Amino acid sequence: QGKFTLLADSRTDGSFLVHHFLSFYLRAGCKVCFVALLQSFSHYNSVAQKLGVSLTAAKERGQLVFLEGLKSCLDLWFGEEEEEQSGQPSPLQFLRESASSLKALFDFVQTSLTAPGSGSWKGSVLLVDDLSVLLSLGATPVAVLDFIHYCRVLVCSQLKGNIVVLVHSHEDSEDEENELLVNSLCHHSDLILWVEGLATGFCKDVHGQIKIIRRVSLELTGKQDELQIYQYKIQDKNVTFFARGLSAAVL
Amino acid sequence: VFTEEDKYGLYSNLLFKYFLAEGVVCGHDLFVASAKEHPDNILKELPAPLLDDAHRSELGEEATAAKSEDFQDAMKIAWRYQNLPKMGANPPTSTKFGHYYDVSKTMSPDLFKSIKWHGFYLPEELPLQPKKKVCNMNNAYARLLQSIQRIIYQEGFDGCDPQKKQKNILRIGLQSLGSMLWGDDICSSETPEDSHSFTKFLYVLRGLLRKSLSACIITVPAHLIQNKAIMERVTNLSDVVVGLESFIGSEKETNPLYKDYHGLVHVHQIPRLNSLICDVSDTKDLAFRLKRKLFTIERLHLPPDLSDTVSRTSKQDLADSAKLLSSGCGAMAMGKNHLDF
Repeated sequence: QGKFTLLADSRTDGSFLVHHFLSFYLRAGCKVCFVALLQSFSHYNSVAQKLGVSLTAAKERGQLVFLEGLKSCLDLWFGEEEEEQSGQPSPLQFLRESASSLKALFDFVQTSLTAPGSGSWKGSVLLVDDLSVLLSLGATPVAVLDFIHYCRVLVCSQLKGNIVVLVHSHEDSEDEENELLVNSLCHHSDLILWVEGLATGFCKDVHGQIKIIRRVSLELTGKQDELQIYQYKIQDKNVTFFARGLSAAVL
Repeated sequence: VFTEEDKYGLYSNLLFKYFLAEGVVCGHDLFVASAKEHPDNILKELPAPLLDDAHRSELGEEATAAKSEDFQDAMKIAWRYQNLPKMGANPPTSTKFGHYYDVSKTMSPDLFKSIKWHGFYLPEELPLQPKKKVCNMNNAYARLLQSIQRIIYQEGFDGCDPQKKQKNILRIGLQSLGSMLWGDDICSSETPEDSHSFTKFLYVLRGLLRKSLSACIITVPAHLIQNKAIMERVTNLSDVVVGLESFIGSEKETNPLYKDYHGLVHVHQIPRLNSLICDVSDTKDLAFRLKRKLFTIERLHLPPDLSDTVSRTSKQDLADSAKLLSSGCGAMAMGKNHLDF
């Protein structure tokens, strides 16, 4: 409980982890607030159905609060007249104002996870896919970090829930703002899952490798961080993990 | 879909026209936007489709063992098509999407009559009224977005009008975005004034495309963009990213390994929509060439290594450039393996 997990991908697509965590927490009976900035609801729904979870049903019973970034952005952009009438600011309000503060987004997260009736679920989870997009939309890294900090206080400390965040990063990246963001988040995470392609190149049977770093050093017991490396292959409904060099194609 | 233009814009223009031509032949509606060429002119230059079977079998005979269908186009409706000739040993009787085009001829105007097309030519568009200037975006982009949204709404591509009997797809082609002609200075300076305009535009466009029955191709002069961070962000925001590197004017033109081709195709990203995985093709080395009538994309073949004097350095260059491909690819098509374990 109260853990911050960082998912990072390097030149490959780590979104399969997002789908995994989403279905995992929904099956575990937690209340999930999913800030989906990059894809539409139907995409997540289709994948989740293959993994055995129905997102529409979860939404209906109040277990899942889904913020579809693309849709909110469109409403904000093209539906200005209605905005003033409804009185409730859009979570992506920062797009409009030059003062880039993600407070509206945080308010959205807060209202969704502390809504009446949330106590009946087994825990709270905030899932974000993906944070790097916020930078593309004009938020400064400091604003994004502030947002994450507020979320941590709310979700991890107050509600004893978990946060899972996806970012993109790679070594030769020239995107300094992004690197700043990722480095900072790495330092604060309890668990880092780093997904990257194989160093030797493209392979049909092994799609990539995943580094699992448990930040035991944060617990101040004098232990080092634990690092484990596995390789994986993504299939239609499943992802198989195996030790390095031991893919099914080789054995 | 996102195409990085090659240096002289020749080949990316060709792909752009192919996309639009395919739309005409399939009966889709078109939306063409450009800042440098009037859409009328662009449409006049679309390649003519080859509709007779005789020609197709001729293509089949010319075949070398190469693979096509590396163009994946998947937005709201995930469908794949290949608009480039399939050069396989067996005749193209299996799942064949798309049509072949003859580059040397232009499409006849009667084919246009059945479809509706909308053009957006920046110099002719009125600037946006001040009250609509929202979200700190470049005026030209904002105008373009408004235009696209208006068409989508009016023509019912977003499904909001249930009475509309026939659903159609809107193909959007945006040429040379990010260049100076659109009023964006990301090509001219490393710290542009408004570095987020382009990415914001892409995000909103993505939202529009996801919400409606449309597909979009964008060509961008990537080599001109100074700030690489923007290119990375743009890549993350797109579904498919294809880079075209032509050999014109570069040292690779005279490299004997590349003598059959006009350029390389770098597939940087393929879409993963509605499923965990995407279709991962066997090889990622692709090269293109423009023959008199056809534009083909095929696997990169090394010519047979007949002479002893083919120097080590040229092979090394090839391996180096291959490493730049997405997640690296060291294996060449003919089994020349430069990997050292």
